[in-house]
Amino acid sequence: MFATAVILFREVLEASLIIAIVLGASRGISNRGRWVAGGIALGLLGASIVAMLANLASSVFSGNGQALLNAVILLSAVAMLTWHNVWMSAHGRQISSEVKAVGSNVQSGQRPMTALLIITMVAVMREGSEAVLFLWAIATSGEQSMNMVIGGLGGVVVGILVGLLLYIGLLRIPTRHFFSITSWLILLLAAGLAAQAASFLNQTGLLPSLGNGVWNTSNILSQNSLTGQFMHILVGYIARPSGIQVVFYVGTLLSILLLMRTRKSPSSIKGNN
Amino acid sequence: MRISLLLSILVGVFSINSPVLAADEPQAVLQIEHQQFAPNQLSIPAGAKIKLVIRNLDAVPVEFESPDLSREVIVRGHGEITIFVGPLEPGNYQFFNDFNREMQGSIAVKPVTNKGN
Repeated sequence: MFATAVILFREVLEASLIIAIVLGASRGISNRGRWVAGGIALGLLGASIVAMLANLASSVFSGNGQALLNAVILLSAVAMLTWHNVWMSAHGRQISSEVKAVGSNVQSGQRPMTALLIITMVAVMREGSEAVLFLWAIATSGEQSMNMVIGGLGGVVVGILVGLLLYIGLLRIPTRHFFSITSWLILLLAAGLAAQAASFLNQTGLLPSLGNGVWNTSNILSQNSLTGQFMHILVGYIARPSGIQVVFYVGTLLSILLLMRTRKSPSSIKGNN
Repeated sequence: MRISLLLSILVGVFSINSPVLAADEPQAVLQIEHQQFAPNQLSIPAGAKIKLVIRNLDAVPVEFESPDLSREVIVRGHGEITIFVGPLEPGNYQFFNDFNREMQGSIAVKPVTNKGN
């Protein structure tokens, strides 16, 4: 029972932390809760469909398709996080000053709602399909299954609570620094997800590895440890990265930074109060 | 820009039915039976890209995962998948089943002493 709780906790953690960061970063944008909730619902639906397909012998998801799907999901999350960050770099100052002034939501401009929806959807879908598959397997395996399902659900709840804690922690950051901190979090998150996508593409043989183990810090911080896993999700820490992962990580980081610089609107720079 | 290029590559691959599997890399087979990897230590030569076939003889799905190798793939019950590993430096690379972490194994990458021609 405890083992299942731990497994489900780990599966849920990634989605939970990503959603917490995105919810934090979109603070002050009106109706964001509705879009994020919609994303979670669609993600659960998608996860169930993927899990069902992965269980079919003839399905493309039983082989290379699975890794390709993961890569596509991760890269679309990267694209959406990029869009979100670029949009925020143009509007963040305005939102930040309005949050400070009235403490309420902003209703202006073209807001990256689709980005919010897609990020939460794919975050839930990715790890969610694994969780569904796992729960399904134990639920149908008889005997102790009820205990295990309860344990699993406990793990899910704890995973969600950890995300909630991160969200509450984020909200405690002073408004002055808030959006610069969340935009750095999103930047590192996106770079880490891009590196994960690279390893999925390498796994299918589509991309070269460009050297395995560019460095190995497993004995300093193992990726199997809880801290290692947190760092892996939040900033893309990899204990033993391949060359292609490093290339994707750095490439994504620099591309987003560059986009943020160039799209920063002059009005947002002037609006300095 | 890079992302859209990648996506178009992906779409292309989906439409031409996995040409990657047609490559003639050396192959290694890992079997899963009674919630154990067999063999649980796999030896492969250094510096070569290996086609790794993972065959699950059990009814429950297994998530083959290895941070050392940056690999993560679900093998459904009574299913089989193929992934690529390497080329790797000599050393030991751990892997495990993320759905049952007591189920572990490793890949020993041996230096190639005689390259032949």
